[in-house]
Amino acid sequence: MKIQQISLFAENKPGHVASPSRLLAREGINIRALYLADTEKYGILRMIVTDWKKAAGLLEAQGFVVKVTEVLAVEVDDRPGGLADVLAALEGTGVNIEYMYAFPYVRGNQAILIFRFDDPDAALEHLQTAGINLLGSEELLKE
Amino acid sequence: MTSILETSVADCHPASVPDYIPVEQLRDLQLQRLRTVVTRAWQQVKLFRSRMDELGLTPDDIRSLEDIAKLPFTKKSDLRDTYPFGLFASPMKDVVRLHASSGTTGKPIVVAYTQEDVDVWTSVLVRALAGCGLHRGDIIQVAYGYGLFTGGLGAHYGAEGLGATVVPASGGHADRQIMLMRDFGVTAICCTPTYFLHLVDRAAELGVDLKKLPLRAGIFGAEPWTESIRWHIENQSNIKAFDIYGLSEIIGPGVSCECFRHEGLHIFEDHFYPEIVDPDSGAPLPDGCEGELVLTTLSKQAMPMIRYRTRDITRILPGKCECGRTLRRMDRIGRRSDDMLIIRGVNIFPSQVESALLQIDGTLPHYQILLTRKQGLDQMEVQIEVTPQMFNDKIGALQELHQKLQGALDRVLGIRVQVALVEAHTIERSEGKAVRVIDRRAS
Repeated sequence: MKIQQISLFAENKPGHVASPSRLLAREGINIRALYLADTEKYGILRMIVTDWKKAAGLLEAQGFVVKVTEVLAVEVDDRPGGLADVLAALEGTGVNIEYMYAFPYVRGNQAILIFRFDDPDAALEHLQTAGINLLGSEELLKE
Repeated sequence: MTSILETSVADCHPASVPDYIPVEQLRDLQLQRLRTVVTRAWQQVKLFRSRMDELGLTPDDIRSLEDIAKLPFTKKSDLRDTYPFGLFASPMKDVVRLHASSGTTGKPIVVAYTQEDVDVWTSVLVRALAGCGLHRGDIIQVAYGYGLFTGGLGAHYGAEGLGATVVPASGGHADRQIMLMRDFGVTAICCTPTYFLHLVDRAAELGVDLKKLPLRAGIFGAEPWTESIRWHIENQSNIKAFDIYGLSEIIGPGVSCECFRHEGLHIFEDHFYPEIVDPDSGAPLPDGCEGELVLTTLSKQAMPMIRYRTRDITRILPGKCECGRTLRRMDRIGRRSDDMLIIRGVNIFPSQVESALLQIDGTLPHYQILLTRKQGLDQMEVQIEVTPQMFNDKIGALQELHQKLQGALDRVLGIRVQVALVEAHTIERSEGKAVRVIDRRAS
């Protein structure tokens, strides 16, 4: 159920996001979700792509510093309180959210959120116990 | 104890005999050669002759080794001012080789060798490599650039003279270097320490474990490096890292080299006479004192150098080396008298930046110092390439790293500097030699 997310270090300068995206485009890798966390000088480009192994290999070969992290894709009801229900499942468990962002596709009445937890395995267990639906990579990445 | 035994066997190369001659005999030989070379330069080199005349000196005034202090210094600017051939002491028909520096600060400097000079150069390199425990049967990859730069051909002739198998890879093409090392079973490599660090990183990226290769020694030179870098290299690749020193003006690599004790570099002083002088006054300093290294070529024919100011700061180590060589040792070059930066009145050496960076989890990222001037004030920025070990997908972790680096640099340098984290492989590397400082204060 865990999803591999790739992160890149990028300087906060014009064109520094364009070159990795061009490289992936050339190889037919689709970026399904992307989130740029930035400071004044530099940023971290986080992506969920259709073929993370190939993408990481290609980017490393081009000299990019790449990190692969496990994240969870959580289905959230698209209504007030939808997110609160998910977070309630983790309350008191000691699992921390490092960061989260929305996956830009909606299924019916469901939104998809990407979570990076400090302990993805524990988070997975708690969420499943609470009956919250998680998406695997096949489902998430199908075109 | 085995290592000592092994190395003394390896040291039995016939070229290494002068490494062990009794000190009195060595001093006699040096004086005799000094008188010959001074006479040669006085007869053949106009600039040297006129400087001797100004001081009222003739070669007959050199009666002891101490008399060397009477002689005028030669500086790098003398080579530039007499470009290209003004300091040659042999006619071109006797010159078999020319080398030249890349000329980063203006015109290049040109150096010349007669066949005998090439033979001496080869012999000192054979002695240097033998002292690192290498011998016939070793496969030595030369990853210094071949060409006008003395590193490639110098190491090549030395390794061949030793009887080893030479892989003349020259510089660049890291992936190919790693492939050759692995496929040919290379046992030793000659290159700059910076370039080897790059190969270590690249091998890791390619999934090649250097520790599992037959590679057991690296002979690293052409730029100053530190004990921390040695520690890093030896840990990452399971080899012994040796420091070799030299400069084109004197002969190229092979002026001095470490032995297996790693306690200073033995100077091949039967050919290169060392002095340490005060970099400001030029006054000679006794053994043990730190100062600028000044070298005199005792046997060079095509281009004798008398009291050449190397700009390298070191000291002659007191006492004898346990390896048994009678050759004096110089300390590793930590800095040059001219790489000192003065930032807002504070003296800074690039090696200090290095030691600050190494304090943060023991890795040495590629870095560069950028100096600018804003409203009359010097600004120093240290650009640091983010390595896979340093990178984290959390902004908080990167900011924490940034602060740690900032703190370490502030503490070590004693002034506030800007720290910039930059993408990997974005800082320029030239010929495998690291360009550590870019000074844009004048412009």
